[in-house]
Amino acid sequence: MMCDICGKKKATVHLTEIVDEQMSEMHLCEECARQKSVQMEQQFGLADLLAGLADFGKTAGGEAEKVDLQCPNCGMTYEEFRKFGRLGCSECYEAFKMYLTTLLKKIHGSNQHLGKMPVRMPQAEKKRIESLQELRNQLMQAIQMEDFEKAAHLRDKVREVEKLEKKENDKKEKKK
Amino acid sequence: MEFNDFVHSTGQWLMGTGTNANIVMSSRIRLARNLVKKPFPNKARKKDLVDIMGMIQDTIAQNDYFKNSLFVKISELDNVDKQFLIERHLMSHEHAANPEGKALVVSKEEVLSVMINEEDHMRIQVLKSGFDLDETWKIADTIDDSLAQKLDFAYSGSWGYLTACPTNTGTAMRGSVMLHLPALVMTKQISKVLNAISKLNFASRGFYGEGTQASGNFYQISNQVSMGHSEQDVIQNIRGLICQVIEQEEQARQALILQNRPVLEDKIFRSYGVLKNAHIISSQETVELLSMVRVGIDLNIIKNVDRHAINELFLMIQPAHLQKLDGKKLSSAERDTKRASLIREKLGG
Repeated sequence: MMCDICGKKKATVHLTEIVDEQMSEMHLCEECARQKSVQMEQQFGLADLLAGLADFGKTAGGEAEKVDLQCPNCGMTYEEFRKFGRLGCSECYEAFKMYLTTLLKKIHGSNQHLGKMPVRMPQAEKKRIESLQELRNQLMQAIQMEDFEKAAHLRDKVREVEKLEKKENDKKEKKK
Repeated sequence: MEFNDFVHSTGQWLMGTGTNANIVMSSRIRLARNLVKKPFPNKARKKDLVDIMGMIQDTIAQNDYFKNSLFVKISELDNVDKQFLIERHLMSHEHAANPEGKALVVSKEEVLSVMINEEDHMRIQVLKSGFDLDETWKIADTIDDSLAQKLDFAYSGSWGYLTACPTNTGTAMRGSVMLHLPALVMTKQISKVLNAISKLNFASRGFYGEGTQASGNFYQISNQVSMGHSEQDVIQNIRGLICQVIEQEEQARQALILQNRPVLEDKIFRSYGVLKNAHIISSQETVELLSMVRVGIDLNIIKNVDRHAINELFLMIQPAHLQKLDGKKLSSAERDTKRASLIREKLGG
């Protein structure tokens, strides 16, 4: 039997694939089989590795530290998230904030959003986010230009604004 | 717009027009959006999904950008229909797998589509022919703004748009470009190029998106990271990277011609000959041969076939498309015969 892919060499590897309950068989030569296995490995994307990334409590060889957090809105627990790598609702982000801050940084190399925002936000809120984004932008540029003095100054400014934001949020929480 | 209207037409992205259309098949922007406080599809019960779908459907029905669009509930489609939409790049395998409470919206030219309740409440896709991420982004941005007039999207000042999977949080945007790179494959430089791409934090995938193998020498390149860079910056980065890949492919094509033009011409014309004359042909073989004919057109070696016809064939020869065209279920062997006759008809063999 000849290889299904190249049709030139003898098929020595027999592969059974099941996609959507449909079974298909492939007969491949060694070389094509090797290429196919590389492609199959690539199918495991970033999302599949997430469960592993979220396991930062884990020590080498030991069990992960159990995190006892639950989202008050949808009921998802942090353990569930750790297992499946998907959050339950927008409020989960607030509920698991302390862990997500680290996780987002691991995934994206940053945990600060730069970019657009929904059109229908209160004007004051919009302005505040915009000015914070502008500061972060300048900070990134300063780091890229290796102007560390300016970067340090900007970093302090960003922290100041974030602190203010946190204070206001806490006030709002108390009122609730 | 009715479902069957799509059977005899193909999307704008296959036109073979736009910048660098010889190498770039299409540009795509995808935005993930969720409704604030509503459970994400993976956590939602059936009733939640139906409610969310209803809310989005109502908004879309009143939105001018979606005039004349098709709205279909996935649960009302049979397997061939679902496969047909996947082949058309309008929805994912995941969307087809658990159809309850899920829907798809598609504009007439298929430039705009929205998967409702896939991994996120909305996955907005804008897909256009050629290399034009800026224009594609502009459309996606406008549609997003118009939907946000009515819907409350989950958003945080520090983390941006909130998505079911943290790998999408932030801009929740993926920009991707589909490239046809036969010369880089033939000159065995492709793995070097793909390696460099992955080192730069970009992903490369096959013709059918996540989890598919490259076939017909098509590669889809997209950004991985969605936080810490604005949409415009991400697009600029992709554009810079793609320009380099295009240049490499151009150089490889020229090298092939200079080194051994007769061998290249022979390969291209043999591919054309088989396609024009075969009576039984598999999709795998077809796609490989079409790829050679496509590059033959680009290099002006094949003169009387237009790129649009070849682009369309890449889609039309897929299993669900053949079955929709024939109006009935076909076995694998029947498809191979039908495929060959369709190609002969289109290429005037």
